[in-house]
Amino acid sequence: MSNIIVRIFRFYRDGFREMTIGKTLWIIILIKLFIMFAVLKLFFFPDFLKTNFGTKEERADYVGKELTRTVDP
Amino acid sequence: MHAIETSLIDWSRAQFALTAMYHWLFVPLTLGLGLIMAIMETIYLRTGKEFWKQTAKFWMKLFGINFAIGVATGIILEFEFGTNWSNYSWFVGDIFGTPLAIEGIMAFFMEATFIAVMFFGWNKVGKKTHLTSTWLTWGGASISALWILVANAWMQYPAGMKFNPDVVRNEMASFWEVLLSPVALNKFFHTILSGWMVGAAFVIGISCWYLMKKRNEEFAKQSIKVAAVVGVVSVVLLVYTGDGSAHQVAQKQPMKLAAMEGLYQGQKDAGLVVFGILNPDKESYDDGKDPFLFNWQVPKLLSWLAFRDSKAFVPGINDLINGGYETYDGAPTLSVDEKIQRGKTALQALSDYRVSKKTDEAQAAVHLKTLEDNYDYFGYGYISSPKQVVPPVGLTFYSFHLMVIFGAFFILLFLVVLYLTYKKDISKFKWLHIVCLISIPLAYITSQAGWIVAEVGRQPWVIQDILPTFAAVSRVSTGSVQLTFFLFLIIFTVLLIAEIGIMVKQIKKGPNLEKIKN
Repeated sequence: MSNIIVRIFRFYRDGFREMTIGKTLWIIILIKLFIMFAVLKLFFFPDFLKTNFGTKEERADYVGKELTRTVDP
Repeated sequence: MHAIETSLIDWSRAQFALTAMYHWLFVPLTLGLGLIMAIMETIYLRTGKEFWKQTAKFWMKLFGINFAIGVATGIILEFEFGTNWSNYSWFVGDIFGTPLAIEGIMAFFMEATFIAVMFFGWNKVGKKTHLTSTWLTWGGASISALWILVANAWMQYPAGMKFNPDVVRNEMASFWEVLLSPVALNKFFHTILSGWMVGAAFVIGISCWYLMKKRNEEFAKQSIKVAAVVGVVSVVLLVYTGDGSAHQVAQKQPMKLAAMEGLYQGQKDAGLVVFGILNPDKESYDDGKDPFLFNWQVPKLLSWLAFRDSKAFVPGINDLINGGYETYDGAPTLSVDEKIQRGKTALQALSDYRVSKKTDEAQAAVHLKTLEDNYDYFGYGYISSPKQVVPPVGLTFYSFHLMVIFGAFFILLFLVVLYLTYKKDISKFKWLHIVCLISIPLAYITSQAGWIVAEVGRQPWVIQDILPTFAAVSRVSTGSVQLTFFLFLIIFTVLLIAEIGIMVKQIKKGPNLEKIKN
């Protein structure tokens, strides 16, 4: 089992080492993922319902009120 | 709902459209180029010729660039669901969440595993194992697209669900009804095939550039041979699945079909507009002005496409608003005003149910029955004027006709390229090289136009007849949506420039064919 894990590790390690253009692409991918998850998701895209309401019941109640706002007194 | 600013709805829609359209710049090439490079590697395995290995590796490199730049751009759409479309996200519940979760877990990991073997494993795994990984990378991308398209198809034709008023969510009643709905199947195959078309146009266009430059000519010619076959197969099947999609639209979203054709007054023996210019002075469905400055139609074709009967009545925008006509199956139709009344009844029933369920179960059951009886028109409860249910006709009409005209162009182009590459020496047709190179952006425009038809044509609905966009949006500040709109515009534009820049560099470098002996 550990032999397989070592072989998989070496497969990826060697693959990354031998990359040429891939290195540039990985840098782009990592920067992109950082911007997406560490900046955009964290600061600009909180989950609206989870941020404002603690429980599922509260979220359901809020959406229910939102959707029936036109008919509620 | 009326209290929500119009600008917030418009900016939220613009933001979603921007991110979806940028995302769709990367996806079709993954689907199309993935297939072509897998075919090339299969030829390598069968012939054993190093030439095909290097040819496959070159296109694989461009595939890798596109994949790396495009990967995870779709996740932003999921961010937007949670932040800007929270009413919608909650309301659709597990129906939308399940396909997306399956997509994330199964297809993404499938792609991520096999793409590593594909790029890292050339001299480390057997030829057959490597080829299998290449096909599975392409297969993983296609399956990934399947789940997204199933979710989108459900919004166009909500099937296989039941609304639960206790949690204000739609719950999946039948996974198979959601997965195998006729709209989902047509949408999946039509969309995947459009990716094949983009991939074929891309390979042919780049190969023609080599022919123009008189370098790597054998590589270019052989690449064109493979891509032309993929191109012809894709466009033939696109016609078939496009016909299926139009037939489904006629049944499930007749207003979209009417907008696609600029059809205001329904008619029997309805003709299909091949080319037309809309009257810019026509501002409303009921202003009595002619919808066209001129148009050229093929008689009876729209009736046949819509109902497989050249004499069938195809309802126009006015008919759909005024109701009173019989559907092709002989069912009576309601006017939009009547639907609005039933929608308001459904909304009132939901409100009453939520109040009375805490105190009076018998009364709650009555309200629940009223809600269920009128739920098919739930979204009309938010509509204040029949005009609101008419999608932007101009954008829908021109996008549809642009897609069809360019689609016809690609049928002709791929057939010509296929003929010249197998029967003549394609390197001598310089005019064709220029046309093929220009055709690369045209293929993207065609594919994007298809999505504009699908998404703009269904307005105002985020879920057909059940939820309009203005009821689905979150109460966030318009300023924050504007800010992220421009942030995305900058990020995606930088990514696109990076993609084009890196690709152009690799294309100029060309394939590695120097050491080939066979």
